[in-house]
Amino acid sequence: MFVCDARKDAKRGIKQKAGQSLIELKNAGFTYGGRDILSEMTLRLQPGSFHFLTGPSGSGKTTLLNLCYQALLPTTGMVRIFEQDVRAMTRDDIAKMRRRIGVVHQNCQFLDHLSVRDNLALPLSVSGREDDIHPSNLDDLLGWVGLTERGEALPPELSGGERQRAALARAIIMSPDLILADEPTGNVDWEMAQRLMALLVELNKMGKTILIATHDLNLIRTVKSEVSARVLRINNTKLQLAGADL
Amino acid sequence: MAARWDAELARTSTIRISAPEGQMAAQSEAVLEVLRTTPGIASARVMSEAEQRKLLEPWFGPDLPLDTLPVPRLIEVLEEGRGPDAAGLKLRLSAEAPGAVLDDHTRWRRPLVNAATRLRILGAVSILLIAGSTAAMITLAAQSALAANGQVIGVLRLIGARDVYIARAFVRRFTLRALVGACVGTVLAMIGVLFMPAAAEEGAFLTGLGFKGWHWILPFLIPPLAAFVAFWATRWAAFRTLSRLS
Ligand SMILES: Nc1ncnc2c1ncn2[C@@H]1O[C@H](COP(=O)(O)OP(=O)(O)OP(=O)(O)O)[C@@H](O)[C@H]1O
Ligand SMILES: [Mg+2]
Repeated sequence: MFVCDARKDAKRGIKQKAGQSLIELKNAGFTYGGRDILSEMTLRLQPGSFHFLTGPSGSGKTTLLNLCYQALLPTTGMVRIFEQDVRAMTRDDIAKMRRRIGVVHQNCQFLDHLSVRDNLALPLSVSGREDDIHPSNLDDLLGWVGLTERGEALPPELSGGERQRAALARAIIMSPDLILADEPTGNVDWEMAQRLMALLVELNKMGKTILIATHDLNLIRTVKSEVSARVLRINNTKLQLAGADL
Repeated sequence: MAARWDAELARTSTIRISAPEGQMAAQSEAVLEVLRTTPGIASARVMSEAEQRKLLEPWFGPDLPLDTLPVPRLIEVLEEGRGPDAAGLKLRLSAEAPGAVLDDHTRWRRPLVNAATRLRILGAVSILLIAGSTAAMITLAAQSALAANGQVIGVLRLIGARDVYIARAFVRRFTLRALVGACVGTVLAMIGVLFMPAAAEEGAFLTGLGFKGWHWILPFLIPPLAAFVAFWATRWAAFRTLSRLS
């Protein structure tokens, strides 16, 4: 299915001008009840780039990802997604923008009354693409994330790691331009973590832009041996480019 | 019903003649003569003894010795056009035939017609009230259903669902429910009307609660009407709630 989706993207890609950035933060800041979580964030995600986001627990990684798909609005500065100012977006704009972004949540969110399979297919039906729901594609996808046996299970019946893998599968089913993943390997063993990273590297090689928040330095090293990935670090509310030692 | 009462009662009146045995024939003649020369009267005729007996039967039993009793003679008058001028007619009658009393039915027709007209207004108002309160109830139910499903809405929005998509799911559910509910209610009500004591012709004139001819179509309008009300009420409630939940 990925091959077929990549072809579709090539067609869609014509519309996308080179040099555009998918996400752009200019001096963006975010405050929770008077407390600065993020400040003076400046960042551009170019199409096809691969970024890691690290930082101590509570440093604001999740908050930054939330700014990148308009789950939160910046308290100061500017955030642009697909060249559109997040403050100027209508609710329909937001919906359309989110169809182009696959999000893997730290606390994965599913519809608990639908099977894993149906949850995976949901982004397609939500955007009126029921025709693109092919059982074989769903099988492939479940196979990629090692959930072939769990397709008919309900989300609450999954383990933490299984839920994360299902969330990753759902994030990529729309073949989005950008994938935002918050600790996608937080609850899985090393072998599965590598497998999921391999999947993301594969997607990146197809031209997808990827931003992953993680603590796992070993994982970052593994990926950096495969593709050129940049590592961002949140330190004291500020964004830094991490050193080459990683 | 009001129209029926009005039409049937308006077109006839009765003149009652109570006179000593000897003058009865002469006074009847005089009354008929007066009526013949009164505009607005189609015909007038003295009721036969058999007819009078039939009228009195319900009150006095079948073997009423009509010839030995001082029963007043009745003259049935059929009106035409706008009918005679009742006051003028009474005046002339009292001059020509002192024993004649005009009973023009308007005395007891008016309150009946008024009551029936009010009843009809009441019916229309209660249909409006029922529709209004149905809409209000459905709106409230839809609002609380949406509010209770905040998590589901969050997930749907995360994967790019527009308000229309989310609203549609709720609208469909509520419209279907209203349609089914109204169908069941209408069928039950119609069975009730069907089994209502079949009043005789004279009785139907007063009760007249059944359907006649094309009126049987009316109840079939209720389910689509209910569905229509539910559709717009839910839709309105859904969009309002969704815009507040953003
Ligand atoms: N809804 C909220 N209200 C107030 N403060 C919040 C809220 N959400 C997060 N915070 C605070 O903002 C800070 C950054 O949170 P965030 O979740 O972005 O951290 P993180 O880097 O993702 O941490 P972790 O690695 O543990 O996931 C934390 O100190 C947290 O307590
Ligand atoms: Mg986090």
